[in-house]
Amino acid sequence: MKTTLKTAAPAALIALGLATAASAELKIGASISATGPAAFLGDPEAKTLEMLVEELNAKGGINGEPVELVLYDDGGDANKARTFATRLIEDDEVQAIIGGTTTGTSMSILAVAEDAEVPFISLAGAIDIIQPVKPWTFKTPHTDRMACQKIFEDMKKQGIARIGMISGTDGFGASMQAQCKDVVADYGIEVVADETYDPKDADMTAQLTKIKNAEGVQAVLNPGFGQGPSIVTRNYKQLAIDLPLYQSHGVASDGFIELAGADAAEGVRLPGTALLVAALLAEGDAQKPVVTAYKAAYEGKFKQPVSTFGGYAHDGFALLTDAVTRAGSTEPQAIRDALEATKALAGTTGIYTMTPEDHLGLDLSAFRMLQVKDGKWTIVE
Amino acid sequence: MSELLQFLFSGLTVGAVYALVALGFTIIFNASGVVNFAQGEFVMLGGMITVFAHAAGLPLPLAALIAIAVTAGVGVALNQLAIEPARGAPVVSLIIITIGASIFIRGAAQLVFDKQIHSFPAFSGTEPIHVLGATIQSQSLWVIGGAFAVFAGLWLFFTRTLLGRAVLATSNNRLAAQLVGINTRFIMTLSFALSAAIGAFGGVLVTPITLTSYDVGLALALKGFAGAMLGGMGNPKGAFVGGLMLGLLESLTAGYLSSQYKDAAAFVVILAVLFFMPQGLFGRKSTERV
Repeated sequence: MKTTLKTAAPAALIALGLATAASAELKIGASISATGPAAFLGDPEAKTLEMLVEELNAKGGINGEPVELVLYDDGGDANKARTFATRLIEDDEVQAIIGGTTTGTSMSILAVAEDAEVPFISLAGAIDIIQPVKPWTFKTPHTDRMACQKIFEDMKKQGIARIGMISGTDGFGASMQAQCKDVVADYGIEVVADETYDPKDADMTAQLTKIKNAEGVQAVLNPGFGQGPSIVTRNYKQLAIDLPLYQSHGVASDGFIELAGADAAEGVRLPGTALLVAALLAEGDAQKPVVTAYKAAYEGKFKQPVSTFGGYAHDGFALLTDAVTRAGSTEPQAIRDALEATKALAGTTGIYTMTPEDHLGLDLSAFRMLQVKDGKWTIVE
Repeated sequence: MSELLQFLFSGLTVGAVYALVALGFTIIFNASGVVNFAQGEFVMLGGMITVFAHAAGLPLPLAALIAIAVTAGVGVALNQLAIEPARGAPVVSLIIITIGASIFIRGAAQLVFDKQIHSFPAFSGTEPIHVLGATIQSQSLWVIGGAFAVFAGLWLFFTRTLLGRAVLATSNNRLAAQLVGINTRFIMTLSFALSAAIGAFGGVLVTPITLTSYDVGLALALKGFAGAMLGGMGNPKGAFVGGLMLGLLESLTAGYLSSQYKDAAAFVVILAVLFFMPQGLFGRKSTERV
């Protein structure tokens, strides 16, 4: 699937052979998992990019030049993503790539982009993408590790020292489980029960019963994604476990409350982004205008709620257009240097400040600790 | 004590889901010897169509009936468009066709519906039932009851009705069945419609527990297939018992050993059973008549 968006006038000029300065036009490549197992993530990302390019061109593009988007759907397949990345660079001659919905596809795109020296902004979670720092690779989503740290910070504040973990065995759950166990000791917290479930399991009461009976357990953390956490939350209520339940940023959406049931989800805490609670942000919040504008545009156009994942694509695009504007050039080297010098750019996920050592540019403040109250997300802090 | 009971309840909940899916395999297998790998997709369609019909404002029972009828139609279409034209092809080819059909249905569902996860309310509320310190969701009882009803219905169908015997005869020897006056084309159409309807019925019952999305079919079909193999392919009793056993094995392993080994332990038991009883626990001994 290939989608090309452009304003009509320059397209006509090129068709007539009159456009000589076509090289000044920014051509962005994207390889996104709009279908396949990661469609849940990739679909809003693809829609967001298409929408933003259209919006930008309607406003006259960057520095008066229109932006062209070449979008491929890799279906979540890392091999396809590699092929598309090569095609984007060699055939489509793009100046920058956004994409890599999953960690797997991101890793294969970054190998190609690093070789060809084309800036690449990844939309996947794993910390390995930007650590160690690779000169041409950046990413927008916060890492699992940061989510763990945010959760443990909140637990520590409440005097919780012994927790049970129940994690999904899918990529997201397993990666976050490992990261959390890696940093948990820094907060003086001990994991006294560590259980897992298959992402398609229908009942987790056996695992939760074990956790409930673990000695001295004070709270439960569920790193997971998809329907698993909703079922865990329901089973938690079914077993009447009277301990705080923490979910991960993987289920930070209104859909989670709906699926788990407002009754069962009551009191659940998780680290989420500003996007989820746009209306609740304080007036002076730097992210408020960005978040509100994106939410209104996306929901108006597609008639479905915004998701954190679409927000990652929004931020990738914002970083790139900001860098090109500041660089005043569409040369890959200039874009890369400008990306690395990004300062206090407010996105939907957080406020980005890149440095040569940090190609993510977010800190823990990007996460807001959220809690379900009366069937709605509220900000805890 | 209450801990064991909770593990058993968990196992029964999951096992009933597997049993219901496993039962769906029986009819098509009995009619044609084909293991229909699109069976999980029928379960998915049952759930998804109900979700969307319910969201469009129809009452839940009507939405469920529509879902079952539409899915039965999809089953018939699968037979007419894909299986029937390949009549005479070896069973392995037909099985591969059903794998293709499963991928096709999943892709179509992704376009027709969406890629989100959905659910609809449990039939009798979400208040769990307390028994001796353990709890079970009321929807689990619906699933167990539904699985038992389908099992009883299938058992009566195959042993007490002429039509059921005609299905068995068609599977045994299609030519001989034709010679004694059985309309084997009709039997095939009927068995696909019934299998699809059972799958969709299962989908309607399990969705409040498992939730549904366009891609739930594959995982459900694999576990249901494992349950059916354990009990003996083609035997309704085998599917019912096999599914429940698989669920209990998983939850007891998760409870007493570790949830990490849950799936592995279940499959080790299945392999062991099939090693000593290749036909499954209740499978027929196959005899070649010359």
